[in-house]
Amino acid sequence: MNTLTIAWKSIRQRRLASLLTALSVALGVTLMISVLVINSVIDRMFNQTASGYDLIVGPKGSALQLVLNTVFRVGAPIENLPYRYYTELKKDPRIEEAIPFAIGDVTQKGGFPIVGTIPRYFALEYIPDRHFRINADGKFLPGTWDSVIGSVVAKQNNWKIGDEFQLIHGSAEGGHVHDEKFKIVGILAPTGTPNDRTVFVNLRGFYQVSGHEKPLEEAIRREAAFFGEKVDEEKLKALIKDNAAHDHHDHSGHDHAGHDHSVPDAQKEVTAILVQMKGDRLRGFTTIKFQSELKEGNQAQAVNPIQQINWLMTNIVGNIRTMLIVLTSLIIVVSGVSIFVSIYNSMSDRKREIAIMRALGAGRNTVFTIILSESVLLCLGGGILGIILGHGLVFIAAPIIEARSGLLINPFAFNSIELILLPVLMVLASLVGFIPAMTAYRTDVASTLSD
Amino acid sequence: MSLLLENVKKSYREPDGSILPILDIKRFELQEREQVALIGESGSGKSTLLNVISGITAADSGKVTIAGTEIASMAEVVRDRFRAERIGFVFQTFNLLPAFSALENVLLGMSFSRKKPSRDRAKELLALVGLEHRLHHHPKQMSVGEQQRVAVARALANQPKLLLADEPTANVDLANQETVLHLLRDACAQHQISMLLVTHSQEVARQFERVETLSDFNQVHAKV
Repeated sequence: MNTLTIAWKSIRQRRLASLLTALSVALGVTLMISVLVINSVIDRMFNQTASGYDLIVGPKGSALQLVLNTVFRVGAPIENLPYRYYTELKKDPRIEEAIPFAIGDVTQKGGFPIVGTIPRYFALEYIPDRHFRINADGKFLPGTWDSVIGSVVAKQNNWKIGDEFQLIHGSAEGGHVHDEKFKIVGILAPTGTPNDRTVFVNLRGFYQVSGHEKPLEEAIRREAAFFGEKVDEEKLKALIKDNAAHDHHDHSGHDHAGHDHSVPDAQKEVTAILVQMKGDRLRGFTTIKFQSELKEGNQAQAVNPIQQINWLMTNIVGNIRTMLIVLTSLIIVVSGVSIFVSIYNSMSDRKREIAIMRALGAGRNTVFTIILSESVLLCLGGGILGIILGHGLVFIAAPIIEARSGLLINPFAFNSIELILLPVLMVLASLVGFIPAMTAYRTDVASTLSD
Repeated sequence: MSLLLENVKKSYREPDGSILPILDIKRFELQEREQVALIGESGSGKSTLLNVISGITAADSGKVTIAGTEIASMAEVVRDRFRAERIGFVFQTFNLLPAFSALENVLLGMSFSRKKPSRDRAKELLALVGLEHRLHHHPKQMSVGEQQRVAVARALANQPKLLLADEPTANVDLANQETVLHLLRDACAQHQISMLLVTHSQEVARQFERVETLSDFNQVHAKV
């Protein structure tokens, strides 16, 4: 019978107290594991999502808002950029790829964000070295009224290839329902990014939705103001006259499949442009130069999404994470103290047992080790139980979180902090077990046995 | 010679600072395989004597030699191991560990020596004391007599050279007194173990060939 067996016997003798103290450690560890797993998912999502492009070009305003709206599809867009700005930007020889985004509407069912874009978007990496995958017979927005939906949208709305849906301007509740219908031609494989909760529609179709194009005169005046140009009133009148013929054609209530209504570029706007710069070694330098050039002008801003995300991670998400880890660490420390209280309180009852063992030849170090082992066993037992419960909790919560946020969570993803969790628990156990173990060490055998 | 005490003195300090002498023994010896009953009134220092012999309590001065080894000069850790391997202890209140079964209590007795605890030997010892059918019973599930028999088996666990028994029959009924006493005496005889049995009962002492009275060789006459 070794020290551990003797310690285990003692733990079993005080079953209820031991179970409760181990459970309190398990609870703390469960919370910590949950925080770590969720945190690593958020970390991954924030740090890996904005890849495949170097910059987001958008209207002047909050850089963070631009990133949150464009990448995470959270919050409202700042403003819009004229479509002409996009076409001119695309011609910049330093730019490899420019992908326009038009964000604003949501789906009638589920309120998922709609992104009007071009098929090239799906050629970008959504996280480093990972490309979008689509269902076998799916297509990446070939037609004007085509749509590609994220995996969570498909699952939650129970949408299949060939299904049609309408867009809502504003929020899902109480917004204006557009008459035009988009047809689902592709369902994206899960990406673990906000793309899973997004509905992509062909940008051409997006512009042709009634009400999406700006009134011609207003659009031309806004565009001229944006570029700092003077409006040619004669030309404007002629254009309005030409366009009047198109306006007599009623958009609402008819099927658009098979025919397009081209919208003049002046009436189109984009919310943001994803920009991938050319070059390899000098790409970083070109990006910074391009960014500062835009900064000097008054028209738009180019934002490095990684910088904004890092800012967000460091100043907000990082602080929340640190706070949660500190909080769960405190819970574990409090659990450790409860182990101390439990063992220390039992010491007066166990003084005699310790004296008996000493009389049978157990050395002071042996009884010290037995008590310390109890503390370590309770802490480790609680810790291992906590790790299992923590991952179990994440396993149960993963589908719910995935459905609500689109975050793909692997409940069994092992965080490196978990590796040091058990050694840390052992140190904690040694600290809280030290005083009771010293009480055992100092037991006066003769007087205890004579009591 | 199995046990030799020479000029052993032990005293305690009272709360008021005065010194209270307990033991002052010029010489006391126990031959190999000898069984001695030591009579002493309550508070005469019997338990202190056993504690000094077993090394639980260090003597203030003098020599305690067991099986040729002087234990007072040993480091505590060596003395503890010596006690585990060479001395068997039977207590008045049995002192079995309640969380442990009969078998585990005997195994516990083996756990603090350098030899690996043997379940077979523990079972043999429990069979020797007639408890082969109670191996997995816990002290609470056993009668007082059975508990004391487990204590006897535990005391024999490491094949000691010296067995110290402190009023081993004081807490058991008459029928079991006989049983426990015979067990102890037979086992010691069979395994060539010397035994020093402390008792206040003349009836128990009468069963031994050699009976000593503590006050005869303890120079301290003060009752403690």
